[in-house]
Amino acid sequence: MKHAVIIGNGVAGITAARRLRSIEPEWRITVISGESRYHYSRPALMYLFMGHMRYADTKPFEDHVWEEDRIELVRDWVIEIDADASTLHLHRSGKLGYDKLLIATGSKSNKFGWPGQDLKRVQGLYDLMDLHQLHENVRGTRQAVIVGGGLIGIEFGEMLHSCNIPVTFLVREKSYWDNVLPAEESAMVSRIIREAGFDLRLETELKEIVDDGSGAACAVVTGQGERIDTQLVGLTAGVAPNTDLVRESNIETGRGILVDWSFRTNVPNIFAAGDCAEIVTDGDGRNLIQQVWYTGKMQGKVAAEAMAGRDVRYDPGIWYNSAKFLDLEYQTYGFVSNLPQPGQVNLWWEHPSGRKGLRLIHSETGEFLAMNIMGMRARHKVCEGWIRDKRSIEFVLDHLEDANFDTEFFERHDPEILETVRSQM
Amino acid sequence: MIELPILNYTYDEEQLGFPEPPKMPDPSIGVGERIATGAIALGILGVLLCGLAGFGRGGWWAIGVSFGLLFAGGSSLSWFRFRDTTPGIRHDHTMFRSVQRRGWIAWGLAILITSFYIVFYWYAELQNAGMPPLLEGMIRLVDPVSFALQGVAADQYFFYGFIYTLAILVFGVRMIMKYRHNRYHIIRTISVSFFQLGIAFMLPGILRRLDQPEFYFTYFWPLQPKYLWPGEAGKLSGLLEGGGVIGMFMIGFGIFAILVATPLLTYFFGKRWYCSWVCGCGGLAETLGDPWRQLSDKSTRAWRVERIMIYSVLLAVVLITILLWTNYYLSQGILGSFSRIAYKTYGFVILNMFAGVIGVGFYPIMGSRVWCRFGCPMAAILGILQRYFSRFRITTNGNQCMSCGNCSTYCEMGIDVRAYAQSGENIVRASCVGCGVCAAVCPRGVLKLENGSSLHGRYS
Repeated sequence: MKHAVIIGNGVAGITAARRLRSIEPEWRITVISGESRYHYSRPALMYLFMGHMRYADTKPFEDHVWEEDRIELVRDWVIEIDADASTLHLHRSGKLGYDKLLIATGSKSNKFGWPGQDLKRVQGLYDLMDLHQLHENVRGTRQAVIVGGGLIGIEFGEMLHSCNIPVTFLVREKSYWDNVLPAEESAMVSRIIREAGFDLRLETELKEIVDDGSGAACAVVTGQGERIDTQLVGLTAGVAPNTDLVRESNIETGRGILVDWSFRTNVPNIFAAGDCAEIVTDGDGRNLIQQVWYTGKMQGKVAAEAMAGRDVRYDPGIWYNSAKFLDLEYQTYGFVSNLPQPGQVNLWWEHPSGRKGLRLIHSETGEFLAMNIMGMRARHKVCEGWIRDKRSIEFVLDHLEDANFDTEFFERHDPEILETVRSQM
Repeated sequence: MIELPILNYTYDEEQLGFPEPPKMPDPSIGVGERIATGAIALGILGVLLCGLAGFGRGGWWAIGVSFGLLFAGGSSLSWFRFRDTTPGIRHDHTMFRSVQRRGWIAWGLAILITSFYIVFYWYAELQNAGMPPLLEGMIRLVDPVSFALQGVAADQYFFYGFIYTLAILVFGVRMIMKYRHNRYHIIRTISVSFFQLGIAFMLPGILRRLDQPEFYFTYFWPLQPKYLWPGEAGKLSGLLEGGGVIGMFMIGFGIFAILVATPLLTYFFGKRWYCSWVCGCGGLAETLGDPWRQLSDKSTRAWRVERIMIYSVLLAVVLITILLWTNYYLSQGILGSFSRIAYKTYGFVILNMFAGVIGVGFYPIMGSRVWCRFGCPMAAILGILQRYFSRFRITTNGNQCMSCGNCSTYCEMGIDVRAYAQSGENIVRASCVGCGVCAAVCPRGVLKLENGSSLHGRYS
């Protein structure tokens, strides 16, 4: 009987544990986390804070399933991996041996060496430790500053608004998240952020965070030299793989823990998956780091099969993602670049309300490549199928209504969309 | 190296959870909201003064300063409260409010509603036992409406229908304002309000004025078993003997509704055509009950209890119906006294205690659909039809669920929607009433209520 140990009970680690149990009924499986006793949904952190849900509601599985599946849960931190002895050193409970090890330690909030970034009342928003910290930090906060414009930033802002705290965003880009979103979508998001009462400062960098003398932040200074008084600084300039645990081991790291397409590290019997893993790609030298929920799930599943000795290769499939900016829903299928790409044609329709939009991208030869959809919902299976089957843009337009996934009775815009985008062709 | 503050993190999230974070002061309340709140307070005072102390007995002005103010204040409060927010899901602080998370206000409210039901159902018995006629003044308050509608003074049942309808309308306005970005909820709420006001409240009164039998076209056997129970147990004999052509029509309607319309509509639309679009119990749950939908129990244990209970009630009403008819043909034969005990017990335990006292009285403790989920025999039949013979389903959008749990949390029927969504499975469940809130609250647009084109995927 082998002992598989998984470090991290996020979606990658937990998916791996469950998958491993289904292929290896006899193995002993242990999941270690210092963050929480049970797996919870990280994307639900904001709903927990705003009172949409209780902590118990954020747990995707009932507590009894772990015992039933014989998955041992250990609440502790791993402080050292001794790969030579196949042993883990735990902070409170001593040593734990393993036969197979999966590292799924997730991400950490980026800090770019800003002066004052380690002061009190300065924090990221990624895990329960951050949430716990935030409960402390909002006390006495009359004005908050969030640094960095992305998905976590806007969630952070929404959370603070639920406590009636005014929020200023310092965003380096010209328009919100325009390093990912094309100009029109980015303008739409920027607009709704302002309409919701946020003070959005674009093209504004953080220069330093000012110490109030007691080791806590009391103001920020922008690149333009403006000083903004604040009692809470949110750092949401993206996340990076959490490699703290393995930096001093003989496991190879780059930006993340380097793995092959089967999530094997350079050390036999040690695997890494999820946000913390950096897949070494064969060709162009640009390694693959995926930091969204569904890829964590897919990676965890493949990693479990690799741990069981199966010959598997991760297939990331056609890229998609979805998010919600305040009340504005966003979905993307295929790879939509923020800037127009040579050889690609962009078609864009926007509703007069400025709260709905559709971007369709095709090649010059008419092959449908990708889409963004704002304020409306699209049917995954249909959109993915169009891209996978290399449908023509004409085919897509003829079947546009098949892709609608809005709730019943929603206002449909197919005729206006077709009229607008056809005139652009 | 892992940082020291992280190593020292030992917060017990299981025991302590994450309570309400400290807040900055709320922005000041608008004039409209203040006036609306004042109107509600005056309305409550009006009900107490006119109802209990008997001022202005029977006049239009008395009902105006009591229930009229409650209606105007209640509906305009939601209007003012939601008007200035951007349309979208507004569940901030839901889990922090005493009244919505089984705090002492919730318990107080539950005791109040439960007490009302006990007084209401056993009004005569309790008065015989010495209770003062508590409801008398309030019943007299609605006399003007009763005279206008049915030409006679109000009785306790008319009064109950009046406040029931009032609650659906007032909280219907709240529902529409809260979900005004979502047409499904707007149309559905207008539908339940229409069926309650027009078909369940006004039509029976008009029928009475026209000397026709009282009949509720929104309820049929087995939810209202009396319509198909023979003899003294039910209303069938009365409709046959005294109802003439209209009585015959009503009987025919009732049989057609359960035997033909129900399977057909459920095949095309799922049980929602009834449970969250027509039914009065559902109508109250979807309006007055909305603030408490998150209290339903999502555990698999609760699901087991649900299946045992709801099908037991269905079995009971079917057996009692068979018993009553057998007995009827045997001309009271040997089962006479037993069948009387059976249907009286059913009426007391299931219809009064379960549907009324627990079903509505426990809204603030157990959520809004306790009766619909654990007891209603109509829901049981609709559920079987929906599970095996319907095109309705909730479609999961690929692999996009991120397990946040909003859908399960706000499912009033206690379905663990997330368990299906996170596995990429469609949701085909007998209990789903198709309220559509899971699809509305999903932050990634993963869920969609659909009438599919076939029965595909139901028998796996």
